[in-house]
Amino acid sequence: MRIGDFKETYAADEAVFRTPTVRFWVGVLLVFLTLFPFFASDYLLYMANLTGIALVAALGLNILTGSAGQISLGHSALIGVGAYTSAILSTRLGLPFLVCLPLSGATAAVCGLIIGAPSLRMKGLYLCIATLAAQMIFDFLFNHWTSLTNGINGINISAANLFGWELKTEFDFYFITLAVAVLGVTMTRNLFRTKVGRAFIAIRDRDISAELMGINLFRYKLYAFAVSSFYAGVSGCLWVYFIKSVTPEYFSLHESIRYLAMIIIGGLGSVLGTIFGAMFMTFVPELLQAVLSSLKETYPMAMNYLFPLQTVVFGFLIVLFLVLEPHGLVRLWHRVKDYFRLWPFEH
Amino acid sequence: MDIFLQLMVSGIAVGGVYALIALGFVLIYKATNIINFATGEFMMIGAYLLYTLLVMVECPVVPAFLLVMSGATLLGFLVERAILRHMLGQPAISIVMVTIGLAYFLTGLAEVIWSPDYKFFPAIFPRKPIHLGFAIVRANMFYGFVVAMVMVVVFSLLFKFAKVGVAMRATANDQMAAYSMGINVRRMFTLAWGFGAIAAALGGVIIGNIGGIRPDLGKIGLKIFPVVILGGLDSIAGAVLGGFIVGILENLAGGYLDPYFGGGIKDLAPFVALVLILMVKPYGLFGKKEIERL
Repeated sequence: MRIGDFKETYAADEAVFRTPTVRFWVGVLLVFLTLFPFFASDYLLYMANLTGIALVAALGLNILTGSAGQISLGHSALIGVGAYTSAILSTRLGLPFLVCLPLSGATAAVCGLIIGAPSLRMKGLYLCIATLAAQMIFDFLFNHWTSLTNGINGINISAANLFGWELKTEFDFYFITLAVAVLGVTMTRNLFRTKVGRAFIAIRDRDISAELMGINLFRYKLYAFAVSSFYAGVSGCLWVYFIKSVTPEYFSLHESIRYLAMIIIGGLGSVLGTIFGAMFMTFVPELLQAVLSSLKETYPMAMNYLFPLQTVVFGFLIVLFLVLEPHGLVRLWHRVKDYFRLWPFEH
Repeated sequence: MDIFLQLMVSGIAVGGVYALIALGFVLIYKATNIINFATGEFMMIGAYLLYTLLVMVECPVVPAFLLVMSGATLLGFLVERAILRHMLGQPAISIVMVTIGLAYFLTGLAEVIWSPDYKFFPAIFPRKPIHLGFAIVRANMFYGFVVAMVMVVVFSLLFKFAKVGVAMRATANDQMAAYSMGINVRRMFTLAWGFGAIAAALGGVIIGNIGGIRPDLGKIGLKIFPVVILGGLDSIAGAVLGGFIVGILENLAGGYLDPYFGGGIKDLAPFVALVLILMVKPYGLFGKKEIERL
């Protein structure tokens, strides 16, 4: 039984892996994730890819909203920017996947800076609504700037080619998603051990105090927007190469809200929570579908209610988590872990 | 010129309805500091309630209206008691998200109960278009505007003179002072939600009467954000003025610019205006600048 949480150095306090046990289990997890595609079904691989892609975007949003405290309702617009950048660069200029990936991130980061620029003067709810307006404007551009985005018909692209390795199937693409997601998680985890990440948290907790401590508010808020948008752009690029086409409806306000729901249900400001949230939000609709199709025998009408019930469950989960467990799944996880760690001596 | 006048008149008519809904929104914000993203869904529920009463129960119009208003009040009370009271002291993001979650919940529920098809009210008002001399207004719009304006005036008078209105203003102004004056602040929160829900539900009825009712009627509620931000989140006069500005702006933009952009400008224009205004005046046209102390 492990007891206490005693550290003698700052290095120990800041360590990514607190104990050898943690290091061991993370290693096991990584090995499992690498071997996963060799025994998983195509459907599971498809879901795993979606989860990974959502995770990258959600990590970005969690940096901005969870850690830096700037509410953004425009995250999916930035994912869209990344997706369209990749689609256009690869179809018109024929750039390879590995070049498109960082360029998508960079383009999204620039757009994120534009969205974030008003944060100099606005904050809180006013900023939240300004990002809503940005979402609406980008939505309009995706739909109506047809010479660039091809409107509602979208753009089709061919599979990514990585030094002659065609990433055609879910199986192939899984390794890319996994690599980017692991990289994203590592970078996010480490961001909060640096000056910039700590400045974000200070701004979230009390912006005026942070400013008095010598943090340039505007600059760090813009950093937060840029970093978060970079993640969004990378996620958009992955999305486009995975689905192999891009249409505007995947970058609507609803998607932005879905990402916010992900980080809230997972746990605001927590990397582990983001992972939980991305998994949860990807699998719950599928679970609901499975439940309803199993009811089809007794109630033939059940499937007609799939879409409205998905909406109901989505809304209900958000409200339920916020009212009952505002710190999200990650807090539940810690509670369960603590219970077993201390068992049978609860007090 | 004719087209200009016609667009202006439609803009003012729709703007009046926006003003009413925005009024309810601002009431809730002023009293409780909560941005209600479910305003549009309150509108939708109000419209469906009236539809159910008129078509399925075949209730006469006036009692149906009264029942819708009490139903909306009940919804407001319920939401405040069951959800938002638990959210006191939570960060802004949680409160925003809880109302968004509520919005989804209500939309889905409406689709389960009333199906996603368009529904139309039976004729509530005379159908004959109104000739104003220089322009013609659709009857539904005209009477909708009249109802909205009456409600705006009633609400404004209520806040100016009635005891409960004064108490609510006091609460919005300074909660501690209101407490010490013996005002039941919690009840004021509940009342604000009730009033807000009534305003939204009536707005929904009017808009549903113009364009039909569907579960995604609530999307119109998003337009309330440009309206209230233009006026400043905490200004009632600003909300009313913002309603008219947005109504006129979207009709003019839709009428003149849509042919060049292939549609969609009508819904976009208010948001562009919103961004531009926020750049110049970060607290809207009439909003109170928040002064923070450590």
